[in-house]
Amino acid sequence: MAEKTNIVRVTNVTKVFKLGKIDVNALKGINLEITKGNYISIMGPSGSGKSTLFNMIGGLDKPTSGKVYIDEVDIAQLDAYELAWLRCRKIGYIFQTFNIIQVMTALENVTLPMIFAGMGNDAAVDKGMQLLELVGLGDRYSHKPFELSGGQQQRVAIARALANDPAIILADEPTGNLDLTTGEECIALLKRLSQERGVTVISATHDFKMLNVSDQVVWIRDGRVDKIEDREELSISIGQIGTKE
Amino acid sequence: MSDASILPETVNASGRVQRQVVLPFLKSVEISLKSIKVRFFRSLITTMSLVLAVSFLSFINVSNDVANGMLATRNPDLRATLIRSGYDLGPEDTSVGSNAKQRWIVILSLLVCVVGIVNAQLMAVTERFREIGTMKCLGALDRFVLRLFILEAGMQGLAGASVGALAGAIFSLTNAWLRFGTEAVASVSLTNLLISIGIATSVGCLLSLLGVFYPALVAARMQPVEAMRVEQ
Repeated sequence: MAEKTNIVRVTNVTKVFKLGKIDVNALKGINLEITKGNYISIMGPSGSGKSTLFNMIGGLDKPTSGKVYIDEVDIAQLDAYELAWLRCRKIGYIFQTFNIIQVMTALENVTLPMIFAGMGNDAAVDKGMQLLELVGLGDRYSHKPFELSGGQQQRVAIARALANDPAIILADEPTGNLDLTTGEECIALLKRLSQERGVTVISATHDFKMLNVSDQVVWIRDGRVDKIEDREELSISIGQIGTKE
Repeated sequence: MSDASILPETVNASGRVQRQVVLPFLKSVEISLKSIKVRFFRSLITTMSLVLAVSFLSFINVSNDVANGMLATRNPDLRATLIRSGYDLGPEDTSVGSNAKQRWIVILSLLVCVVGIVNAQLMAVTERFREIGTMKCLGALDRFVLRLFILEAGMQGLAGASVGALAGAIFSLTNAWLRFGTEAVASVSLTNLLISIGIATSVGCLLSLLGVFYPALVAARMQPVEAMRVEQ
C-alpha cells in the first residue's frame, strides 16, 4: 500500500443552509486531505459543522461550493446510480443512533448491502456470519434489533459497514449513545479493523476516548478547520485537551 | 453476479458505470412480506377499508347477477317477487343493470377507500423514514424503495380485494337465499358470478396500487440526509 495516498480530498468546501430568510454558513471553506488507512477523528463542539462535513464526505449531501474527491473522483460529478454504488461498495456508514433496520434480524441487516452489491444469497450469508463473529455476535445472528443492547446493535452496524469491504468507514459519533465501556469496546473494534484491514476510518465525534486511537485529529471550529494534529503531537498536548473546549 | 472478492480500490472510475447496485426481485418480495408481517395489525387496518369497499362493489354486482338469474328462469313468481322487493322492471325487461344511484354510491365508496389508503400509506412512509434512509445509505436506489412499497401494496391489495370480493358475494347470495329462497340462488349463472368476483378483485388491487403510488414516490425521492435528520 502506498505511503501517502489520499483517499479523501476536500477542497474549499462551503455549505449554506437556508433557514427561512436567514443563511446559515455551516462550513466556511474546508480543506482536508485524508491519507488511506488512517484512523481520523473529526473533533469539535456541537454546531461546529462536523456532521455537515461528515455528510459531504459520505456523499449524503452536496456542498454549496467546493469539491469533495473520493479516490480522486469528484463525487459531485456522479449520477444517482454511481452515487448509490459508491455508498454501497466504497463507504461503510456507522451512525450515532445505530440505524439498524428494525424489521430485519442481525444477519439480514449485515447481508443487505451485500445483496445490493450483487452477491448471491449463500455467499452473503456466509460472509455475514463471518462478520458477525468478527464483532463477537456470531451466536446472535437471528436476533431482532430490539433484542440486542445498544453496544450489540452498534457492533451489528459495524459488521454491516464492513459488508462490502469498503475503503472508508464513516462513523458519525459512534459512541454517542453508548456507555463508557461499550463505547470503548466499539472504538477498540474500529481501531483493530482499521489496522487489520487497512480501512480508513473517519469518525466525527466529541468523545475524547477516540483521541487515544486516532492517527490524526482534525479540529473543526465554527465551520473551519482549526488545526490538524498527528498522533505524535497529540500525546504531548493531551494534558491540555480539557481546556480546549 | 459481480465478483465479490475484488477490492473496491482496484476498480477505477470508468468501472463504476458497469457496476450497479441490484436488488433481486425475489429478495424484494421477501423484504415486503416481512414488513407486512412485522406491521401486521397496521397492514390489517389499511387493508380493511379496501375489504369493505370491494365487498360493497361485489355485493352490488352479485345481487344484480342473482336478479338476472331469477329473470332468466322466466318464472313469473320470481319476477313478481323481484318487483315486490323494489326492482324497477318493465313488462318487457329481461335483465337488470346497475342503476345510476347504485353506481354513484359504489364510486363514492371506492373514492373514500383510495383516500384512506393514501392516508395510511403516507403514515407508513413517515414511520419508516429512518429505515428508508438507512437503506439508501447502504446503496439502495430510488426504484428499490418504490418497488418495495408497490409490492407491499400489491400484496395487501390482492389479499384484501379477494377477501372483500368473496365476502361481498357470499353476503349477497345469503341475502338472496333468505329473501327469495333456494330457487333464486340456484338460478344464478356461475360464469356471471365469477366475473363479478373477478372484477371486484381487480378493481381492489388497482385501487391499492393507485393509493400507494404517491406515498411510495415520496419515500423513494427522499434524500438520505433528510431521512437521517428525523428524530425518532
